[in-house]
Amino acid sequence: MMTAPSPGHEGDPAATATQEWWGAEDVCVRYGEKLALDHVTFRTVPGRVSAVVGGDGSGRTTLLSCLAGALVLSSGRVQLPPPLRIGYLSAGSGTYPDLSVDENLAFRASAYRLPADVARGRGAELLERAGLAGARDRLAGQLSGGMRQKLGVIAAMLHQPDLLVLDEPTTGVDPVSRADLWWLIARAAADGAAVVLATSYLDEAERATDVLALDLGRVLASGTPQEIVAAMPGTLRVSDARPEGEARRRAWRRGGRWRIWDPAPGGTAGGTAGAADGGAAGAAGGAAAPDLQDAVTVAILARELAGTRAGDGHPEGGGPR
Amino acid sequence: MWAMIVKEFRQLRRDRRTLAMMIVMPIILLIVFGYAASFDVKTVPTVAAGPQGPAVARSLGEPFDVVATAPDEGRGWAETQLRDNTDGAAVAVIAGTGPTEVLIDGSQLFSARTALAALSAKAAKAAAQGALAIPRQRPTVTVLYNPGLKTSNVMIPGLCGVVLVFIGTIITALGVVRERQSGTLEQLAVMPLRPRDVFLGKIVPYFGVAAVDLAIVVGVGVGIFGVPFRGSYAVFALGAVLFLFVTLGLGVLISSVSENQGQAIQLSMMVILPQILLSGLIFPLSSIAAGVRWISYILPLTYFNQISRGVMLRAEPIGPLWQPFLFLALLGLIVFTLASLRFRAYLAPAAPRRAKDRPPAGPPPSGAEAVPGTGASPAVPETGASPAGQAGPAGPGNVGTS
Repeated sequence: MMTAPSPGHEGDPAATATQEWWGAEDVCVRYGEKLALDHVTFRTVPGRVSAVVGGDGSGRTTLLSCLAGALVLSSGRVQLPPPLRIGYLSAGSGTYPDLSVDENLAFRASAYRLPADVARGRGAELLERAGLAGARDRLAGQLSGGMRQKLGVIAAMLHQPDLLVLDEPTTGVDPVSRADLWWLIARAAADGAAVVLATSYLDEAERATDVLALDLGRVLASGTPQEIVAAMPGTLRVSDARPEGEARRRAWRRGGRWRIWDPAPGGTAGGTAGAADGGAAGAAGGAAAPDLQDAVTVAILARELAGTRAGDGHPEGGGPR
Repeated sequence: MWAMIVKEFRQLRRDRRTLAMMIVMPIILLIVFGYAASFDVKTVPTVAAGPQGPAVARSLGEPFDVVATAPDEGRGWAETQLRDNTDGAAVAVIAGTGPTEVLIDGSQLFSARTALAALSAKAAKAAAQGALAIPRQRPTVTVLYNPGLKTSNVMIPGLCGVVLVFIGTIITALGVVRERQSGTLEQLAVMPLRPRDVFLGKIVPYFGVAAVDLAIVVGVGVGIFGVPFRGSYAVFALGAVLFLFVTLGLGVLISSVSENQGQAIQLSMMVILPQILLSGLIFPLSSIAAGVRWISYILPLTYFNQISRGVMLRAEPIGPLWQPFLFLALLGLIVFTLASLRFRAYLAPAAPRRAKDRPPAGPPPSGAEAVPGTGASPAVPETGASPAGQAGPAGPGNVGTS
């Protein structure tokens, strides 16, 4: 399994003690019987952008809520700056649709006790850069999805927080606005914030300094994108045709072609079941260099396959270890 | 079409509140209009003063019901009884010291009309028989407080309450629920604002708007409709403030149990409709069947009506109004406490239901939170445990399990 060093922990434990970090340590959050976060540890440091990735129900939003201080933990702990120093963009834009862009920012500035002139100056600058300068008098509800998200991010970073938590800032946003959003995110990090953002786009996560991949509330992989890719077990092949037999379960479509993961380090064995790839072997296009998207997909796949095997093999019982 | 019908019923079945309203509403209306909605006044509470007052009053028979007698008192006492609405007195008879006098409280419109009709019927009957119904001479009948028996004089003080109910309940409920609907509530919850600030910040504007509206209604009532304002502005204002606290609290309570504006309006209607129908605003309280009347006495508008009519029309001072004031204050205390508690919970960090299981803050409990059978696979035992996680809770900055 992949276990890359966590963000903020650069090998030397002594460095951790002196370096400022924000994050969660061994956090569990339970909603009734459902464990939304299962012993999750995550750290981030000022100046960095960390992406939390995972599918629906992976615990992304729950983790971000914890980091925003909006959730009581079932166990574990979080280390956070005081509320005044946290910026949070909840899923959705978190802005008032019936207030204008300027009014939204004015409310945020006053809630975070930012002097009016400072807020105006910084707001104007960020709006200008994000292409919203012409929309200052428009109601937030009348903005396009991308503009509203940009406004949400600007509102969250207006007070130059130490920790900026953004829940899916780029979901459903066009590529141009997304570029603006990334500029804002980079700017917040340059201003000294530790930025944590949730995203469902793995290509986007590759732009982050650190990535935390969650699946079913558990940490699947964490580290820099390169570390996660490097830690991917087995090998990856690309094929024009969907493989047959057991390998089908280890294949997925990407672009117009199929990717087939082989858990064995050598890359030629047909997996544990021993089934040959059959006719598909002929169409195989050879080894491929994995990227973050592949590495995370493989991690999910590996967990699923391990789960199935365990279920097939011996009775799991479900007793706590 | 069939597909549409099936879909509608499926949606309706899921919308429990609309369903409940469809069932509860007819029942409420049935009760209200069956038992309560009556302009007929069967008994008119009557007080009697003067040596022969009690005898004369009793001789009047139906619908007059003698509730208090004071043979040693005169007109002053009788008037005070009417002004303070003691025992609901609507008619006072003074006899024995001078010419017999009947005073009628015009602020109780329907009782006053019934009393006048009964008196003239008796007089007509007596005239036909060639005798006077009331010994010696025909009494002088005086309608106090609302001599013209104008409906607007009675309705406008009541309307003040209705305006406050609408603003306090519906508008407040909508304002708070809007926050939830636009997804900004989560945002508010993590902002560095105290729940109290958010709560007060949320209701103070509506309080202000309601106060302005109230002033307009009173101003228009007095200026254009000629409604008298005989009592103290301060007593009236105090009553209005207490009443507003109750209605604003109700608004916040409603919003805290509503997911969207539609639900908030539905619930508000459930709270407002009974108040309009059962508070004595339209139908006199005395005509409401006793089995239903208790509902009237848990509705805040009932008490505000008593205060507004008493102060505006009868110049009732605060002393005799202690009861409505006390009940409004009690209702306000209960509703406001509940509302602020609900609101606090609404804004507080969302606690998972098992929050009690939470171990004390501090170093993570190793292995204390083993996961029973949630599909945890033994093949991946090292998940979640990254080297950083084992480094212990070292590090500067604010540490807390908030």
